[in-house]
Amino acid sequence: MSGASTLELSGVHAGYGDFQALFGVGLRVEPGEAVGVVGPNGAGKTTLLRVISGLIRPRAGTLRFGCRDLAALPAHELPGLGIAHVPENRRLFPNLTVEENLRVGAYAKSARARFAERRDHVYAMFPRLKERRHQLAGTMSGGEQQMCAIGRALMSGPRILLLDEPSAGLAPLVVKQVFDLVARIRGEGLTVLIVEQNVAQVLRVVDRAYVLETGRVSAEGTAADLAADPAIRRSYFGGH
Amino acid sequence: MDPFLLEALLNGVLLGGVFALPVLGLNLVFGVVDVVWLCYAELVMVGMYTVWFLHTQAGWPLALAFATCLPVVAALGLLLHLLVVRPLLSAAPINQVLATGGVLFVLQGAATLVFSTDFRSLGVEMPPMELGEVFVSGTKLAAFVAALLGAAALWAFLKFTYVGTAIRAIARDREVMPLMGVDPRRIYLIASAVGGALAGLAACLLVVQLDVHPFVGLSFGPITFMICVMGGLGNMLGGFLAAFLMGLIVSTGGFWWNTEMSYVVAFLFFILVIFVRPRGLFAR
Repeated sequence: MSGASTLELSGVHAGYGDFQALFGVGLRVEPGEAVGVVGPNGAGKTTLLRVISGLIRPRAGTLRFGCRDLAALPAHELPGLGIAHVPENRRLFPNLTVEENLRVGAYAKSARARFAERRDHVYAMFPRLKERRHQLAGTMSGGEQQMCAIGRALMSGPRILLLDEPSAGLAPLVVKQVFDLVARIRGEGLTVLIVEQNVAQVLRVVDRAYVLETGRVSAEGTAADLAADPAIRRSYFGGH
Repeated sequence: MDPFLLEALLNGVLLGGVFALPVLGLNLVFGVVDVVWLCYAELVMVGMYTVWFLHTQAGWPLALAFATCLPVVAALGLLLHLLVVRPLLSAAPINQVLATGGVLFVLQGAATLVFSTDFRSLGVEMPPMELGEVFVSGTKLAAFVAALLGAAALWAFLKFTYVGTAIRAIARDREVMPLMGVDPRRIYLIASAVGGALAGLAACLLVVQLDVHPFVGLSFGPITFMICVMGGLGNMLGGFLAAFLMGLIVSTGGFWWNTEMSYVVAFLFFILVIFVRPRGLFAR
């Protein structure tokens, strides 16, 4: 079944209005892999994830998930196909409780029947969320909100999880917890594509990574190779 | 307590229940679609004509006329969204308001054309009921109970169903909804139909208390919008509470002065609220 749910992008151009953010980006994520996309602010990392989950249409290039052409599908059908996207800044619904946020995450027809089972799984993974299940999501700490956002994405039963800057805006200790969490999700066999500015941390939890600079892939390799690359170390590790 | 004051207070609560339904409907549509249906009271008017026509002209039993009114006005809400609102979703807000305001005149004109400007009465009255030392109209009491049941059904829908939860979510964050597998356009349609159904239920409760004519919307439309703004546009609970507050003001105003004066007092109170709490009494 190898390749049944491989995510593959090639030659993707995308942008907003007159502004072009991605210039011919190619990327491949095999089932079970954890892949990182790193790069400076404004490199096009968030745009890349938004193109994959259908929020932005590519201007050119192909997007495939298994045998499906993603560019031909409306964004709201992708969670049902097994693609879940945890957006930048978490974007929880602050006026809904934790459990109601999870329910919205299980909106796809294919997910509703397994709501209770998956919710219990999420609660087992994040006991903190179970304690706060009836609390409004907007009243929780940043780290708890990130757990809730990941839990909400898991409710659709994804085959691939797209994570956009999960460490953004969190305290250093919480950042470490979030990356431990990503490692745990990986341990469950889920495919992960993670976009991060925190290069040192993300290279610890992924197998491979792409370096995105001004909308182009400037380097790619295994996490170990990239972490050892002097140019990468100089640009992203030095001084921090 | 003075039994007349007690009666005024009781009537205020009953009136608040009837105000509450169109307020909830307007807030629901505004919260989800972000467009104010300026013709909301005229949707209610169409519903009132529907009940009046089916019962007095076509001879249908009242219960059946009521039951038909809801889907008819819900369908009207759907049509309003598909034909008028959806094409203008990305237009300037003022154009959306002007368009739904245009529908207001179209509906008034159409009703005049079909039914003339005569006042039509359903001719249904329930006997008054004695509660302690005061008498209340049985019709008003029944309307109040039906309004509360309608509000409770709406609450349960929003609280316990997938679509209802998505409706509350979309009111806060539109753009992220496709990532949840939610098609916002479908949610807009559902909210418009439910908003229409609430107008239909309000029509059933009003047609037993008011004669219907093409301009009947003027007798409760403006106050409905005032209540929505007082409670905070889009804030369902705020609107629900403000409806009772307004009902009490109108009703007790009639006790201390007279009915005409009570609407003046209500309007003055509204102006005061706008100055003191411009985002609504219950804004956080």
